Amino acid sequence: MTWSLVLGLLQVADPQAPPVSTSVFVIATVIKMIIVFTVLMVGVALLTLAERKISAWIQDRHGPNRVGWHGLLQPAADGVKNIMKEETYPDAAYKPLFIMAPALAFIPAMLTFAVIPFASPLPTSKGLIEMVVAPLPIGFLYILAIASLGVYGIVLAGWSSNNKYSLLGGLRSSAQMVSYEISMGLSTVAVLLVAGNVALNDIIWQQATTVWNFFGLTVAFIIFLIAAFAETNRLPFDLPEAESELIAGYHMEYSAMKFSLFFIAEYSNMVTASALLVTLFFGGWDIPFTLWDNLAPWSIGKTLLTGLFFAVKVLFFLFFYMWIRWTLPRFRYDQLMSLGWRVLLPVALVYIVIIAGTLLILDLLGIRPGALYGLILGILNLVLAGVLFLILDSGRIISPASGRVEADQLRRLRAMRSRSPLAAPGGD
Amino acid sequence: MSRTYLPVLLLMGFVVFNAILMIGLSHLTMRSRPTPVKQSAYESGIPALGEARERFSVKFYMVAMLFIIFDIETVFLIPWGAYFRNLSCAVPLTNGLCPSGQVSMFGLVEMLVFMAILIVGLVYVWKKGALQWD
Repeated sequence: MTWSLVLGLLQVADPQAPPVSTSVFVIATVIKMIIVFTVLMVGVALLTLAERKISAWIQDRHGPNRVGWHGLLQPAADGVKNIMKEETYPDAAYKPLFIMAPALAFIPAMLTFAVIPFASPLPTSKGLIEMVVAPLPIGFLYILAIASLGVYGIVLAGWSSNNKYSLLGGLRSSAQMVSYEISMGLSTVAVLLVAGNVALNDIIWQQATTVWNFFGLTVAFIIFLIAAFAETNRLPFDLPEAESELIAGYHMEYSAMKFSLFFIAEYSNMVTASALLVTLFFGGWDIPFTLWDNLAPWSIGKTLLTGLFFAVKVLFFLFFYMWIRWTLPRFRYDQLMSLGWRVLLPVALVYIVIIAGTLLILDLLGIRPGALYGLILGILNLVLAGVLFLILDSGRIISPASGRVEADQLRRLRAMRSRSPLAAPGGD
Repeated sequence: MSRTYLPVLLLMGFVVFNAILMIGLSHLTMRSRPTPVKQSAYESGIPALGEARERFSVKFYMVAMLFIIFDIETVFLIPWGAYFRNLSCAVPLTNGLCPSGQVSMFGLVEMLVFMAILIVGLVYVWKKGALQWD
């Protein structure tokens, strides 16, 4: 029954179909644009606070708690401080690029969110309004195109500062982003294979009618997740700004608002990456186990509820980012490069072939997209993930540091620790 | 159709305006008190040694070149992925699905050939040690 509904929905979800006049379209776009921009900016401000609060919570301390109730006004205080602060221009810096670089990092970070649908369409008296800033038919390709522009701001900041550490940070960052972009692009090919379209609304619809891609394409999700962490320069991939090696990396010579712009760019990239993870693998604004939310008739309540679901999913991933930050130590640069090129790239390539072959076999067997279809993909992925982690990896990359020590040496180390007076009671 | 990309253009204008506004605002409100030490390159407090305009490791160029090759591969794979259902069906799709018994291997085999060529390249680069970062 599900598949016959596809065409019905697509006609509603089609960006050209709603008969809103151009003036309504422009006004609606401007309103959505300002709302999304404001939510992003305020969200980023609150995220900096959330990051510090969660860090404090994980490390068993208080975190910012002086400005406002439980430190809630801390981001505002930081913002005012950053605007008022003196900006330094190093004598050696190349001024035009030095001033332009923060803007170049900020602009793509703010643009990428535009195509992500964040709720079900809103019916108004003037016609159906899509809950996405720019309902582009190329959807996902736009994100790939714009997100990769972010590297320019970083590499130009590193170079124009004319500081050794900045330069190294910029170079590292560009090499890292460029390496993981390939795995990121390849992992999404599997999503496109299943969805059959690059428009994000179609990808959400496909997940609503079968299963979320998290279950149907688990390996692609893992690759995408790792690549998203690397693309946003977050721990454990924060080598561009590894404090102990490069002081602050590419934005070391920046101060005041220009430094803030890099910060805003990093956090809004995090938001976009989380939103993209949700859209591609967790059904976007879809409410699980029901098709009621994906079909007309649309209503304001539906829009609000789906928007809430979307927000909750995105917030979970934002929390996940911070959780990982205090869980995993930083990679070494050679480990980072070999993970990107020698593990994720071949795995993604082989995975595409396997998924394409499976889709063909399912077509041959006459199994139509639906619950069974999703179940078969899910089991296949579970097996593949098992093969990936247990056999291919076999305790080398995704393992504790003890995995790289010889067995008898490990036994000796453990014996030594148990004799030590510092040993924690109760063993591990 | 012409209005499809209008939102992107509007948003781009808005974001660029905001970026300039923020940098400009901060420029207007600050008090500049430059000193020679403040203007020098920051190297953890010790006097800066040498210049940053030096040669850097050739490996970064290598990564950039490899990136171009494999990114183009990705660019070719994305339309193939989106069109896979149509390619693997001998007759035009009905309702977005292939009528049973009409499955064709064309799409898969074509991509396997394309991918095989690139994997040979990847193996070559790997054996040459270009992916070895030490």
